[in-house]
Amino acid sequence: MHSAPKSASHDGVAATLSAALGDMLLGTTEAHGELLLVVKRDSIEDVLRLLRDDHEYQQMMEMVGIDYPDRAERFEVCYCLLSVTKNHRLIIKISTDEATPVPTITTLWPNAGWLEREVFDMYGVLFAGNTDLRRILTDYGFEGHPFRKDFPLTGYVELRYSEEAKRVVYEPVQLAQDLRQFDFMSPWEGANYVLPGDEKAATGENGGGAK
Amino acid sequence: MSMQLEHSPTTGDEVITNYTINFGPQHPAAHGVLRMVLELDGEIIERVDPHVGLLHRGTEKLIEQKTYLQALPYFDRLDYCSPLGMEHSYVLAIEKLLNLEVPLRGQYLRVLFAELTRICNHMLNMGSHVMDVGAMTPNLWLFEVREDCLNFFERAAGARMHMAWFRPGGVHQDVPQRLLDDLGVWLDTRLPTLFEDAMSLVVDNRIFKQRNVDIAHVSKEDALAWGFSGPMIRAAGIPWDLRKSQPYDVYDRMDFEIPVGTNSDCYDRFMVRVEEVRQSARIMRQCLAEMPEGPVSSDDRKVSPPKRAEMKQSMEALIHHFKLYTEGFHVPAGEVYVATESPKGEFGVYLVSDGSNKPYRCKIRPTAFSHLQAMDFMCKGHMLPDATAILGAIDVVFGECDR
Repeated sequence: MHSAPKSASHDGVAATLSAALGDMLLGTTEAHGELLLVVKRDSIEDVLRLLRDDHEYQQMMEMVGIDYPDRAERFEVCYCLLSVTKNHRLIIKISTDEATPVPTITTLWPNAGWLEREVFDMYGVLFAGNTDLRRILTDYGFEGHPFRKDFPLTGYVELRYSEEAKRVVYEPVQLAQDLRQFDFMSPWEGANYVLPGDEKAATGENGGGAK
Repeated sequence: MSMQLEHSPTTGDEVITNYTINFGPQHPAAHGVLRMVLELDGEIIERVDPHVGLLHRGTEKLIEQKTYLQALPYFDRLDYCSPLGMEHSYVLAIEKLLNLEVPLRGQYLRVLFAELTRICNHMLNMGSHVMDVGAMTPNLWLFEVREDCLNFFERAAGARMHMAWFRPGGVHQDVPQRLLDDLGVWLDTRLPTLFEDAMSLVVDNRIFKQRNVDIAHVSKEDALAWGFSGPMIRAAGIPWDLRKSQPYDVYDRMDFEIPVGTNSDCYDRFMVRVEEVRQSARIMRQCLAEMPEGPVSSDDRKVSPPKRAEMKQSMEALIHHFKLYTEGFHVPAGEVYVATESPKGEFGVYLVSDGSNKPYRCKIRPTAFSHLQAMDFMCKGHMLPDATAILGAIDVVFGECDR
């Protein structure tokens, strides 16, 4: 058994909450000791208000954006709730895409403001009703959403102080050396790509050179 | 709000309006690269708009490119004043996904050094808080304690600040008995002497009280709504400590008190930290007294590497070592949120694994994010110099806030 933090048990919580949330709830999973509720995007504010007011989840500790580019609704937003009276943690999850805004929850918790700004900054998820949806962590005037999986690790621009212009200038990023991406896939465990030198093996053109 | 100086003989019909000043990003009392846009009415703060992100390094994105073990040192560089506190959340999150058991001595060592980290962190914070409001001497005295702490870290892990000593499955190396003996002596002699000496200068000091008592009062309801944690929520009178309520490692075996504040002002936040240092010393003494012998790291060779001596003899150990330091270990798919009581509050890691050897997503919950966000409502109506006291009492470090 691991020694990670132990809060109150999840026994019966999922049943109570699914009865309370009704058709706003899309699914419940309990894995690795975490209770995770997937709810409808448009009812997130009602769900969280219900949990805060009727089920004693007083604190919204964290908001997490996750990007799954293969999905139709590529972004997930997770809300980590904490009840200090019941000593219980709960994760609420919704999904959205680039264009569909998520209702803001700044009406429920004031600290949601910056957390929504961060998810917007990093993933481009829009929050309807957030009156102050500025970028927060990236530079003034930054373009793009860096934590999307299709955003390159190096970014697109680099900056330096220009002695001629007497200010900091942005230029397209130039790498002196390619970024080192290691391939950990073992050929013995079935690599899903063609190994270097094996390009012609499947076509049989080379024929092993024994003609 | 504007004020018409009607009877001034010199200003005529000039109107004095609110003005906006920049606090930082390079300001010694900003505790790092914080830019605060302050709107002032005379010397009264009307509105605060903190601009964070000047130290944003994309840690979470970098972690997605690294194996689980390679990502560990990034955590030292988040809150560089309490590196082991950051590592603690991360290794516990991995262990939770793997459901990996840590040997008892490993757990005791982690708790022992997590508490030393707390002392080390509070020394820096209290010293700089005191200096922000005008006193020089206590900071220098507290830094002497901090120097001792860093020396202990160096003896345990080889590095003074960026230890990377907590590993999934335990700790990297056992500590020599001499180090534990010296820690015991230090806890009974140097720490109380130096710390209580410094505190005797501060806690009843008239100037310190004038600058901190009744500054930035936060009600219990506000503290909960703004997502406060750690000393900030305890100063508001809520006895909430994850070490007690959601114990991890061997904290459930430890006997310690949770200090709470009564007035929820900057002075209370400071005093909560003062008492936490004493309680941390108490936990450390228990760790030293109870620590069993035995392995310090899991013997699951698919996660934790074998001893070097073993590698000279065993082919299997050599293969394990090679695999762990090239490919790394695979973590079962799933997602967990693990939060520990770092010296600054709830430090959480939301780890999403897709079953590969790299995290799919690693969201870090910084403590400073919610505290700094509350600067606006905490500062409103206070004087400009109070902003530094409030900021000092938040205990903010930008490596962690900006990530």
